[in-house]
Amino acid sequence: MNKKLGDGTSRFADPPRIVSAASVVGPKEAEGPLGGSFDAEIEDEMFGQETWERAESAFTRRGIKLAAEKAGMEIGGADFIIGGDLLNQSIGTTFGARGLTRPLIGIYGACSTFGEGLGLGAMMIDGGFAGRVIVGASSHFCAAERQFRFPLSMGTQRPPTSTWTVTGHGAAVLASEGDGFPRITHFTAGVITDYGVTDANNMGGAMAPAAWDVIARHLRDTGRAPDYYDAIVTGDLGSVGSSLLLDLARGDGADLTGAHADCGVMIYDPEKQDTHAGGSGCACSAATFAAVFYPKLRTRKLNRLLFVPTGAMLSATSVQQGESIPCVAYAVAIENL
Amino acid sequence: MPQIPKEAYKAMVESRSPASPIAADCLKAFIVGGLICCLGQALIDMYKHIGLPADDAGAACSITLVALAALATGLGLYEKLGRFAGAGSFVPITGFSNAMASPALEFKKEGLVFGIGAKMFVVAGPVILYGLVTSFVCGIIQFIVNAVVK
Repeated sequence: MNKKLGDGTSRFADPPRIVSAASVVGPKEAEGPLGGSFDAEIEDEMFGQETWERAESAFTRRGIKLAAEKAGMEIGGADFIIGGDLLNQSIGTTFGARGLTRPLIGIYGACSTFGEGLGLGAMMIDGGFAGRVIVGASSHFCAAERQFRFPLSMGTQRPPTSTWTVTGHGAAVLASEGDGFPRITHFTAGVITDYGVTDANNMGGAMAPAAWDVIARHLRDTGRAPDYYDAIVTGDLGSVGSSLLLDLARGDGADLTGAHADCGVMIYDPEKQDTHAGGSGCACSAATFAAVFYPKLRTRKLNRLLFVPTGAMLSATSVQQGESIPCVAYAVAIENL
Repeated sequence: MPQIPKEAYKAMVESRSPASPIAADCLKAFIVGGLICCLGQALIDMYKHIGLPADDAGAACSITLVALAALATGLGLYEKLGRFAGAGSFVPITGFSNAMASPALEFKKEGLVFGIGAKMFVVAGPVILYGLVTSFVCGIIQFIVNAVVK
């Protein structure tokens, strides 16, 4: 069977199972509308560590352990761990994986990392290179702020289009075997898309074309219509990016209104929590998937999900050099067969 | 790729992006900035009252405001004020103090030299540099004007 569909969608011959998903978040996420549905809600943003970076690694370690535990396995039972985060040199992930003693595939897709990881993990399993893969992604508000913006205690205002980086980690365990689990049937990797948005405080605006591009390519490659899916869930477009995604889709004659949801819109209450356009960061889509969408797939409240984590591939340097923001998104079709 | 020209997309982004509430922001900045200045004037008057010469009273006022703002930064209060007041708390000398103290706190973990020492000036450094450059240029202009007038 040819596993490549159309322009570049991977169709899995024996679709890998997602046998568990786990989320760990910080206090702000726990206070948000999804509070109570995460597996672990940590009150101390420092997670008992000395630095924000180490705290992020602690979130990573806890998330990976929880996902393995929920799958009823030891971390040693994983053939690979795939992970990534927002910090320079991915130290959230690599330092978090110290001592886990399983091979690590470190990836960077900014806030789309979790989608990229699910797709790569599924390829490894369906290719016969692995039986079990743990996929995870983390972000930490405080560590990200100091890398990308200003010191935390500096008194600045955030524009209404800005988003708030989610503190936490989301993980899933993919497996070649198991009955009754949701399965990754297709994966469409994104193309770097840049529509000239230079405002780092409007990442939703920058990312919306990347999201629509990968969704449109996925639908074209698979011959599916948007209404094939019970839900099309983007990662962290926020309120601004979400409305732009619907506009772009409408412009190409597709209506996503009923099916679309965005993790960044769901995770915070913008009025009460002063988060403006919504949540962002690798953990935004990863933790929301584990806390909300995976349980819905397991209980068959959802049977066909197109999960589309989105990433703005900017760096502090590129912003200072006045570059526009290249973006990417990954579409992962998860279905109960 | 979506079949839409970049320029048209930029217009779409603008139409979908809520604008900052400029009138309300200006009012808040005016009130908070004004209050900080009133506090400064009160401090100058107080220092004069206890016998400091006018110049020294001004300097003592600046020192007091900088110290208060640094303390408020450490207590996590100045960021809340800044989120509310914007330029109202950023432009006065207290904002300068906040811009020095906050990176010093943030980068403490990277050590005394490359952490606090180097990072303390990430925000305030440009202000100092361009303040000096502007003073230099103004000094030259004044020098030339004075020479011509004489």
